[in-house]
Amino acid sequence: MSRSVAVTGMGIFSAIGKNLEENHRSLIHGKHGLSHPEILETVHQNLPIGEIKSTNSDLADALNLDKNHAFTRAALLGTIALKEALQNAKIEDFTNIGFVNGNSVGGMDMTERFYREYESNPANRRFIQAQHPGFTTEQIAGYFGIDNYVTTISTACSSAANAVMLGARLIQSGRLDQVIVGGTDCLSRFTLNGFNSLMIYSEDFPKPFDSERKGLNLGEAAAYLVLESADFAKNKEVLGYVSGYGNANDAFHQTASSENGEGAYLAMQKALETANLNPHHIDYINAHGTATQNNDLSESRALIRIFKEMPAFSSTKSFTGHTLAAAGAIEAVFSLLAIKHQQIYPNLNFNSAISDTRLRPVTELQSTKIQHVLSNSFGFGGNCTSLIFSKDE
Amino acid sequence: MPIMTDLHTELKASIIEQLNLEDMEVSDIENDEPLFGDGLGLDSIDALELIVLLEKDYGIKLTDPKKGREIFESINKMADFIEANRTK
Amino acid sequence: MSRKMYINGMASIAAQTEEDLFTENLQSFSENIFPATSVNYKEYIKPMMLRRMSKAIKMGLVTAKRALNEAGVDVPDSIIVGTGEGCKQDTEKFLENILDENESFLTPTAFIQSTHNTVGGQIALDLKCTGYNMTYTQNSASFESALIDAKLQFTEEMGTRCVLVGGVDEIARISTPFYNLDGQLKAGEINTAKILQSSSEGTITSEGAAFFLLSEIRTQDSFAEISDCMIYRNISEEKLQEEISWFLKKNDLKIDELDVVILGNNGDTRYDHYYQQLQEDLFKNTLQLGYKNWVGDYNTVTAYACWLGAEILKRKEIPQQLKLNNLPLKQPTSILVYNQYLGKNHSLTLLRSL
Repeated sequence: MSRSVAVTGMGIFSAIGKNLEENHRSLIHGKHGLSHPEILETVHQNLPIGEIKSTNSDLADALNLDKNHAFTRAALLGTIALKEALQNAKIEDFTNIGFVNGNSVGGMDMTERFYREYESNPANRRFIQAQHPGFTTEQIAGYFGIDNYVTTISTACSSAANAVMLGARLIQSGRLDQVIVGGTDCLSRFTLNGFNSLMIYSEDFPKPFDSERKGLNLGEAAAYLVLESADFAKNKEVLGYVSGYGNANDAFHQTASSENGEGAYLAMQKALETANLNPHHIDYINAHGTATQNNDLSESRALIRIFKEMPAFSSTKSFTGHTLAAAGAIEAVFSLLAIKHQQIYPNLNFNSAISDTRLRPVTELQSTKIQHVLSNSFGFGGNCTSLIFSKDE
Repeated sequence: MPIMTDLHTELKASIIEQLNLEDMEVSDIENDEPLFGDGLGLDSIDALELIVLLEKDYGIKLTDPKKGREIFESINKMADFIEANRTK
Repeated sequence: MSRKMYINGMASIAAQTEEDLFTENLQSFSENIFPATSVNYKEYIKPMMLRRMSKAIKMGLVTAKRALNEAGVDVPDSIIVGTGEGCKQDTEKFLENILDENESFLTPTAFIQSTHNTVGGQIALDLKCTGYNMTYTQNSASFESALIDAKLQFTEEMGTRCVLVGGVDEIARISTPFYNLDGQLKAGEINTAKILQSSSEGTITSEGAAFFLLSEIRTQDSFAEISDCMIYRNISEEKLQEEISWFLKKNDLKIDELDVVILGNNGDTRYDHYYQQLQEDLFKNTLQLGYKNWVGDYNTVTAYACWLGAEILKRKEIPQQLKLNNLPLKQPTSILVYNQYLGKNHSLTLLRSL
């Protein structure tokens, strides 16, 4: 029997709140965080985004950073979320703690701003390396003085879910006893235009699993979990356990999911296997549910293949937008909140089921007994990851 | 680049350039050959590239990517569609 | 219980060829950015796939396929990729389109190919491999992060028997030369072969890919094993010495039993002291090799260093042009690779012969 992996702290910053409490309040009141761009400078003023309404200088002030800091927006959001997670877990000594950060576009916000100015403006050159995810991780780790095992996972939209999975494996193998896992991504013109050029960006609010869904809306967020081995978690409040995980590749297309959701199916199946659970043990599924035509149909088919009887499910991307590399972490936090409060958060904007699969997500806040939650995150490159969180018995 | 006098030839040249079909020449593409699937072998990403090509070169804006599949069936179909809808 | 990780196949593309390495024909460059040697990619990749691939994807896919081929494996159980800077060429292309066209008339191909996990995804797609798939981007510890993941897989009971692990990075037309502006690269006239003796700041850069098929099964083709790997984001010189001694001890090696150490000296006077201190102290009786003056420094150049180490163990031969000191040559059986970049993301990797 491998070692259990306890979640002893979490922190979150998203378009529906700057901490756990605010996020929870928004979830139970059905208050989404989508709006038109105010801080992101883009010509696409008509496209709703899950934007955090704090400027970079507001965020830097909140962290007391020096004026010449080299924090990307993702690093600013990440540091704030991580602070909450560490306080929550009452961790002050970072000597042996590991850090696994999920990130996809790194400091693209800085790259796209300064790309044409590096030559003429030496002051911005400190952001030259910011384009790559490792740079953002460095800033966050440096802020806290986390010096040991620090790594970054970049598997597009499944990055943070993979970070949770790796953290659990590091603890189970005995390589680490404490590890911070999660992810951060900020909005950028790069990603907004990227998804828009794929013609899967919605001009309305996202309608996951709805027959009339028009595509995804991007968001920005950061969230982290503190994972600890049973020994280290002994005298702490345990928010839940990472009991299962599965990672598979769809091996179908660089961006689109296969028709029957093979990668998603395999990831969920592996997660159930590692958790030693049967499908009927799952009480709630926090679906990937991006609200694109392709994902929701493919994911629905994969869900039907796994679950003879469909458990309650919803996509909370209808609240936050799709936060890319951070999505797996914020949805891990929402899954753990569901366990803590024994409630299921609704899938907003749903009216009618996809005719083919007829799956109906939960559309109102529901109080119910929750022991095990499955959370899905799928991404470009066919990367599919499923996690299972379980309540302390 | 030689001046294109014929829309069909012009389309073939733009497709080869835009889709990076390095080893192909205009004469390799037949007017009625299917561009997708078993014919030339283009895929859904190419369809999105062609949608932008329509907008940029001919002022035709498609909002539903599904419509592209019909229009881009062959060079003939594409040329007919462009003749009927072009704004530049 | 940890099982062993045998190298059953491997391949590498870098600025120097394998032949030149072992025939003392390594080339010097006069630029601070130089490309990897070219390969006939068409031999390995279908033209319809090839047309969208940037150099990182091409180098990654080709070395992955060669490594699999050498090991006689069609589809691995897992694919794990390390890349510090991912698909820079496509990122640059899409970004320039956004800036030039003011966010209009954008086609998605470059965006699709720009994500850091494109190489891993494209390998999976090409091999139809639905197994575990992961991409690490921790600057100069990206490849080692991938190795550590592989090592974890061999301690777990998830049915993993063979893992494809590699590192890849490419140079890009605009973004790589930015490193001239932030002090990463050496200024002025350069003779790359001589940079390790340089008295200036900065280094030289290039690109490459190296992939390994690691298996728990020892075959006739197995020629080395990767015993262990550690990474440290930030470490002092004193602590580093302690960690290296502990790392060797943990792997049942005494310092005087270590045959070769492959060091990441890159001629940057600001950071080479990490290596120099070890050269003068801990490793003074160990044969020391340096390689970055020949293949440049880039985030996953340590994948090349591991390939080099494994190749030395396989051939039982030392490339003379890489020697940093002159010690009598023993039959090499154990090799340590130590690396850092800009004083951060330090790594230790231990290879052993069988």
